Amino acid sequence: MKRDTQRSSVFTRRALLVMGGQVAALGALGARLYQVQVVDGARYATLAESNRISARLIAPPRGRILDRAGVVVAGNRLNWRALLIAEQVDDVGACLDNLTRLVGLADHERARIEREVRRHRRFIPIMVREFLTWEDMAKIEVNAPDLPGIVIDVGTTRQYPFSEKLAHIVGYVAPPNEDDVAADAMLALPGMRVGRAGMEKEHDAVLRGRAGAVQMEVNAVGRVIRELDRQEGKQGDDVGLTIDADLQQAVLGRLGDESASAVVMDCRNGEVLAMTTNPSFDPSLFNSGVSQAQWIEWTSNRKAPLINKAAAGLYPPGSTFKMCVALAALDAKVLTPWDRIYCPGYLDLGDSRFHCWNKNGHGSLDLHGGLKNSCDVFFYETARRVGIDRIAAMGHRLGMGIDTGIDLPGARPGFIPTREWRIAHGHYWNIGDTIVSGIGQGYILVTPLSLCTYVARVATGRVVVPHLTRTIGSTLQPGARAADWPLLGLPDRSLAAVRQGMFAVVNEAGGTAPAARLPESVSQGGRVQLAGKTGSSQVRRVSREMREHGHFNSANLPWELRPHALFVAFAPYDNPRYAVSVVVEHGNAGAAAAAPLARDIMTDTLLRDPARSGPGQRVAEEEPR
Amino acid sequence: MIEGRRLYRETNFGLIGKLWNISWLYVLLLCALAGVGYAALYSAGGGSPEPYAARHILRFALGLVLMLSIALVDIRFIARLAWPIYGLSIVMLVLVARIGHVGKGAQRWIELGGLQLQPSEMAKIALVLALAAWFHRASWERMGNPLFLIVPIVTVLLPVGLILKEPNLGTAVICGMVGMSVFFAAGVRWWKFALVLLPLPLLGRFVYAHLHDYQRARIDTFLNPESDPLGAGYNIIQSKIALGSGGMWGKGYLQGTQGHLNFLPEKQTDFIFTMMGEEFGFVGGLALMGLLMLIILGGMLIAIRCRHQFGRLVALGISFNFFMYVFVNIAMVMGAIPVGGVPLPLVSHGGSAMITVMVGFGILMSCYVHRDVAFAARDEA
Repeated sequence: MKRDTQRSSVFTRRALLVMGGQVAALGALGARLYQVQVVDGARYATLAESNRISARLIAPPRGRILDRAGVVVAGNRLNWRALLIAEQVDDVGACLDNLTRLVGLADHERARIEREVRRHRRFIPIMVREFLTWEDMAKIEVNAPDLPGIVIDVGTTRQYPFSEKLAHIVGYVAPPNEDDVAADAMLALPGMRVGRAGMEKEHDAVLRGRAGAVQMEVNAVGRVIRELDRQEGKQGDDVGLTIDADLQQAVLGRLGDESASAVVMDCRNGEVLAMTTNPSFDPSLFNSGVSQAQWIEWTSNRKAPLINKAAAGLYPPGSTFKMCVALAALDAKVLTPWDRIYCPGYLDLGDSRFHCWNKNGHGSLDLHGGLKNSCDVFFYETARRVGIDRIAAMGHRLGMGIDTGIDLPGARPGFIPTREWRIAHGHYWNIGDTIVSGIGQGYILVTPLSLCTYVARVATGRVVVPHLTRTIGSTLQPGARAADWPLLGLPDRSLAAVRQGMFAVVNEAGGTAPAARLPESVSQGGRVQLAGKTGSSQVRRVSREMREHGHFNSANLPWELRPHALFVAFAPYDNPRYAVSVVVEHGNAGAAAAAPLARDIMTDTLLRDPARSGPGQRVAEEEPR
Repeated sequence: MIEGRRLYRETNFGLIGKLWNISWLYVLLLCALAGVGYAALYSAGGGSPEPYAARHILRFALGLVLMLSIALVDIRFIARLAWPIYGLSIVMLVLVARIGHVGKGAQRWIELGGLQLQPSEMAKIALVLALAAWFHRASWERMGNPLFLIVPIVTVLLPVGLILKEPNLGTAVICGMVGMSVFFAAGVRWWKFALVLLPLPLLGRFVYAHLHDYQRARIDTFLNPESDPLGAGYNIIQSKIALGSGGMWGKGYLQGTQGHLNFLPEKQTDFIFTMMGEEFGFVGGLALMGLLMLIILGGMLIAIRCRHQFGRLVALGISFNFFMYVFVNIAMVMGAIPVGGVPLPLVSHGGSAMITVMVGFGILMSCYVHRDVAFAARDEA
C-alpha cells in the first residue's frame, strides 16, 4: 500500500503536468484561432467573397443595319451552338473524344477549342460548334451523360439578307482577336463578333451595345446558386443607312457581269443611295472564319471581289475630269465661257505632240463645244493656261484627291498631283504632265465615289460630303438636309456653263454620249433630262507608231490593257437631285460601255425616287425586334 | 466516512450501484458534444438531417449504449483481457495490411459484416490497456530498472510500425504519443524521455526521406500552403478562409458560404470544426474548444481519482488519446500542423471512429465506476 501511495503521488503530479500541457496546447490553438478569425478576419472575409461571387457579362444583341426604308440588311438570327464549360468537366480530352465520335470534330476545331480552354478562365464557356443542325443537337442532348460540361445554348449570329449585294457597304463581322478581348472583356463571351469592314466596323461600338453584368453566387465547381445583382446592359442600336436596297439591287442588275462599279448619290445632301461593286463576296463567310481555299479564290480573282471598287478602286478619271479643269480655269480667270480654242487634232509642245481623240480635229471651240465634243486639245490648252496647282486645288474643292471624311472604312481619297509633290519626290514637274492632267490622265487617280461626289458638287454648288449613315437608333444624323452643307463658293455663271456643257454631251446633236439620253418614260417630253460626261482612261500609253499605222483599236487589246470606261451624270438637269458615276473596268469607250449603264441606272433612280422617303419615316414604322 | 463508503461499495456493488456510480455529468458532456456534432452535420448536409446528422445521432445512441455497457464491466476483468485485446488488435493491423480496403491511397479499413473497422483506432486503446497492465504490475523499484522498459517499448513500437506501414503517419504519431503519455504517467524518469526524444530530429530527416510522396506533400504544403493553391494546399487555404471569414461572431447557422458552396473540402469529416468556426465565429469555436477541454480534463480527473494504477493509467491514456484527436484535428484545420485524416471525435461524420471513441469512453467510465476496487495481490507484483 505504501508503494502504491508513492506511485499515486508521482502519477498525480505527472497527470497534473499533462493536464497543464493540454490546457497550454489548446490555449495556443485558441490564440491561433483568434489570430485567424479576429485579427486576419477581414482579409479572409474578402477571400471568401471572391470565392463565392462570380461576375459574368451578358452580351446584348448586336444592333441591326437597315437601309433607308427600314429593310434589314444586317440582322441576327438564332444560332444553336454547343458550348464547353471547362470547370464542369474533369477531363476535357475525354469529353472532346466523345464529342468527336458523335458529331465529328475536325482536328483544327479541336486544336482551337483546346487553345481557348487554356486561354480563358475556366468558367467562361468555350464555343465548341456553331450552327448546329437539328440532328447534331439531338445527338448531343441524348448523350449528355457522356458529355459533362457541354451545354447547348441558343445565341444569335449575323445574317446578311442581301449577302454579296451589299457586302462592301455593310461589311462583315468576324470573331474577336486577343487585342479586342483585352479592350472589351465582353468580347470573350462565345459568339461575340467584331465589325471588321464596312458599316459593321464603322459603327461597331454603336452596334455592339454595352454588356450587362450579373453577380452570381457560385459554388466550388462554378455552379450558379443564385443571382445576387444584375446590371442591365444596353443593346446595340440599329444603324440606318442612306442606301436604298431596292435601288442597289436594280443597279447591280444593270451592271451584269462586268467588273464595274456604280455610285448613285442624292446630290443635294451627299446621301449615297446605291454603291455597287461587281463582283462581290458573301460577307457571312467571315462570320465563322474563311477557308483557305475561299481566300485564295478571292485574292487570285483578277476582278478582285474583295476590293470595294466604288470607294477604294483608283482609276484615272479621263475626260470626266474636264469639268474640273474648266472650273479651275474659269475660277482663275484664264478662260471665259466664250473664249475659243482651235483644235487641229493635236497640240504640239516642244518635241511632244499631244493628240486629240479625234485626229481630224474639232476646229474652233468654246467651253460648251469643248465639253460637248470632249475635245482633248481644248483641255490641253486650258490646263496649260491654268497650271496643275490650281487644277489640283479645284479637284480637292470638288471632292477628289482628298479625304472627304466619308463614314466608310477603307474608302480611299484618290490623288491629284501638284508641282510640290513631284518636286518632293525628286523630279521636275514637266509641262507635259500638266497637259495630260487636263484630260484626267497622268498621275490623277479617283474613285467612282469621289467622281460621284464631284458631279454632285458641280450639280448643286454645295460641298456635299458622301455619307452612308442616316440614322443611329432613331436619331437622324446631321447632313440629311441640303442646308447642312455649305456652298462651294463658285460663281453660278461658271457652274452653269459647265452644266450646260454636260447637258450638251447627252442631249445636243453631236454630243459624245447620245446613248445616255433618258427614255421618254422618264423625260416626259424633255422635262426631265440627264447631263453627263464620258471618260475613257488609258491604262497604257499608246505609242506613236501604233497610232500612225492605224493599228490602234483598243477593242482588240487583251482585257487587262483595255481602257476603263467611265460616265458621270446628274439629273434632272434643271433641278439636280441625283448624281451617278459608273466605271466599267477595261470597258473601252465611256460613251459605249458606261453611258448606257448610267442612263439605265438614272432611269431606275428617277422612277424609284428614293430620296422621297422622308427622314426616318419607315425606320420608325418598323416593328420592334 | 471513507471507510464506511468503501464498505458499502464492497458489499453492495450490484447493477444499480454501478449505474449510480456512473458520472452522469460526464455522460451529459459527451451528449452535448454529440449534439454539437448533430448541429454541425445538419448544416454540412445543407440544412438537412440527411445524409449525415441523422445517422450520426443514431450511431451515437448505439455508442452510448455500448459505452454504458462497458462501464458496468469490472475493471479487473478488463485488466485481465488487456493483453488478449492487444494481441487481437495487432492481428487486425496485420490483416488490414493484407486484405484491407484502400482508402485515399492507404490500406486502413477492414470490412466486417458491413461494418468498417479501422484497426489503427482500436490499436490505440489496446495499447493503452496493455501498457497500463504492464505498469500496473511494476513496483516503484522495478520502474527504475531500464530493462523493465524493454517490453512496453516493444509494445508501443509494434502497432506504431504497423500503422506507419499502412501508411498513416498521423495515427502512428498519435499512437506513439499516447504510448509515451502512459510511460510518463507511470513515472518513467525524465532523462529516459530525453534519451529517446533528442535524436528525433535526426530520425525525422531519415523518416522524411522514406515517406510516401503524398505524406511529403502534406508536410511541404503545410510549410508553404500558397505554393500549390489548387493542389495539396487547397484544403488548408480554403479552411483558413472559411475560419477567417467567420470573424468574431460567425456568419450565422447554415449561413457559411465556404462550407455550403463546397469550397471547404470534407466539411462533414475532417473540417467540421472549420464549418462550425465559419458559422459561429471565434466565440463559437472557443466554446466548442471549451467543451472539448472539459471532457479531456474530466477524463484526467477520473484518472487522478482512481485508486489503482491500472485505472489511473488507462483513464489517462484514453483521455490523452481523445486530447490528441482534438488537438491534431483543430491544429490541422487552422493550418498549424500538416493535414492528416484525423476527425474531430463525436462531431465528425464517420462510424468507425465514433464506435472506437465510445468504447474508449466506456473503459474510462468503467475506471470511474470501479475507481475504488482492490486488485488481487498477485496482480500487484
